[in-house]
Amino acid sequence: MTGNVKKIKLTDRSVEFLRQVEEISGEEITVCEQCGTCSGGCPFVEEMDITPSQIMRKVMIGQEDVLQSRTMWICASCFTCTIRCPRKLDVSKVAEALRQIELRLAIDEIDLNDISENELEKLPTIAIVGAYRKLTG
Amino acid sequence: MKIPYYPGCTLKTTADYFETSAIASAKALGIEMVELPDWNCCGVVGSLTSDDLIRHLAPVRNMLRVEEMNARGDIENENRLLTLCSMCYNTLQRTNARIKQSSEDLESINNIMYLEEEPYKGTTEVVHFFQLLEEMGFDELAKKIVKPLKGLKIAPYYGCMLLRPEELGIDKPDDPTIMENFVESLGADAVQWNARSICCGSYHTVSNKEIVVKLAYEILHNARKCGADLLITSCPLCAFNLDNRQEEVEAQYLDFEPIPVLYFSQLLALALGLGVEATAFDKNYIDPRPILKKKGLLK
Repeated sequence: MTGNVKKIKLTDRSVEFLRQVEEISGEEITVCEQCGTCSGGCPFVEEMDITPSQIMRKVMIGQEDVLQSRTMWICASCFTCTIRCPRKLDVSKVAEALRQIELRLAIDEIDLNDISENELEKLPTIAIVGAYRKLTG
Repeated sequence: MKIPYYPGCTLKTTADYFETSAIASAKALGIEMVELPDWNCCGVVGSLTSDDLIRHLAPVRNMLRVEEMNARGDIENENRLLTLCSMCYNTLQRTNARIKQSSEDLESINNIMYLEEEPYKGTTEVVHFFQLLEEMGFDELAKKIVKPLKGLKIAPYYGCMLLRPEELGIDKPDDPTIMENFVESLGADAVQWNARSICCGSYHTVSNKEIVVKLAYEILHNARKCGADLLITSCPLCAFNLDNRQEEVEAQYLDFEPIPVLYFSQLLALALGLGVEATAFDKNYIDPRPILKKKGLLK
C-alpha cells in the first residue's frame, strides 16, 4: 500500500453484517464501485444524513452503525437508483434490508398514535397501508 | 371483451371516481371489466427482500382468482388481470415476475396457502389499463373520441410505479411515451416537462409530509412552468400527494399557483362524451372545471 490508501481490516462481525444485508437484499453489495450515480439521482438525498452511495460503502465494509442513519427510512423505494446503477445493483433492496434488520427486532419507525385524527380522516387507505408495511414490523 | 379486473383498496374509498370513470370509459370502448370475486389487498409496496415469501401470499391469492374465474367459466379464455392503480399494478407484477422466475418460490407459496382449494399455476398476466389501450391502438382510440380535448395542455405524470424497475414497467423507464400517446389520442396536447417520473414522496405523506409537500411543489411548479393546464395520473397515492396536498404546498410556497390533478380516466370519459357520473370532476380537490370551461370543453 502506498500514498493515502487506508487499509480497512474487516472483523468477523463486520463480515457477518455484510453477509446478512446481502442475504436479505439478495444483492452482491461488494460489486458497488462507488460511482455515486444513486446519490446523484435520488430525489430524497437532501433529506438524508448520509447518501445512498455512502450507505453502500458502509455496508460493504460491515459498519453496523449504518443502522443509526436516517437514510434507509427516508428512501421511499422509488427505484430511480435501481434503473441507473451501472453495476445493476438495486440500492432500494439494500435500504429495504437495513429497514428489515431493525423492523424484525420489533423496532417500529412510526406509531399510529402520532398521527392526528384530522390527518387520518384525509389520508387514503393506500398511504396508511403503505406506510405501515414499510415502517413497522 | 370481458376482462378480470382488480380494484384495490383506495379505488373503493377515496379514489372511487377513478374506478367509476374507468369502468364507464372501458364500457364505451367495448371492454367489460369484471371485478375479481373475493379479492384482497394487493400486498402494497411490494416486498423487496429475498427471504420473506409470506409477503407474496396476498398478491398470489388475487392472481389465483383469475385462474378460478377461467376454470368456472366466469370468463372465457382471458388470463390477464387488469389494474388501474399504478401501485397495485407494480405490486402484483413484482410477485408474478418472481414466481414465474422461480418454480421453487411458487411451490413454497402454494404450500403455505392453506385456505385455497387449488394451487396457483402461475398463468395470470398482470396488465395496466394503459397497456390495454395501447393494444387496442391509440389511433383506434382516437377514432372513438367524440369530444376531442382540443387546446388542453396535459402534463402526463408517470410517477414511479408504472415505470420502475425496468422489468416491471409498462414502458421504457427513461423515455416513456405511452401516456403522451394517450393524451394525443384524446385530441389534447401532451406537455413536455421535466418532472413526469420524479417520485411524489409516496407513503411519507403519513408521517413525514414535509417531504411530500416539497416534492409536490417541485413537480407541480415544473408542470405549470412548462405550460400545463393540468396533470393526469393513474396512482391514487400520487393523486393524494399532488392534488390534496396542494393545501399545504400553497401555504408554504408563495409563488405557487394551484393546478388540477386528474385521473386519466376522467378525461377519457369526457372525451368519450360520457356524463358527469363518469367524469366526476366535482371529486378532485383542485376543481378542474374552471380550466375545462375556459377551454370550451365543459358547459
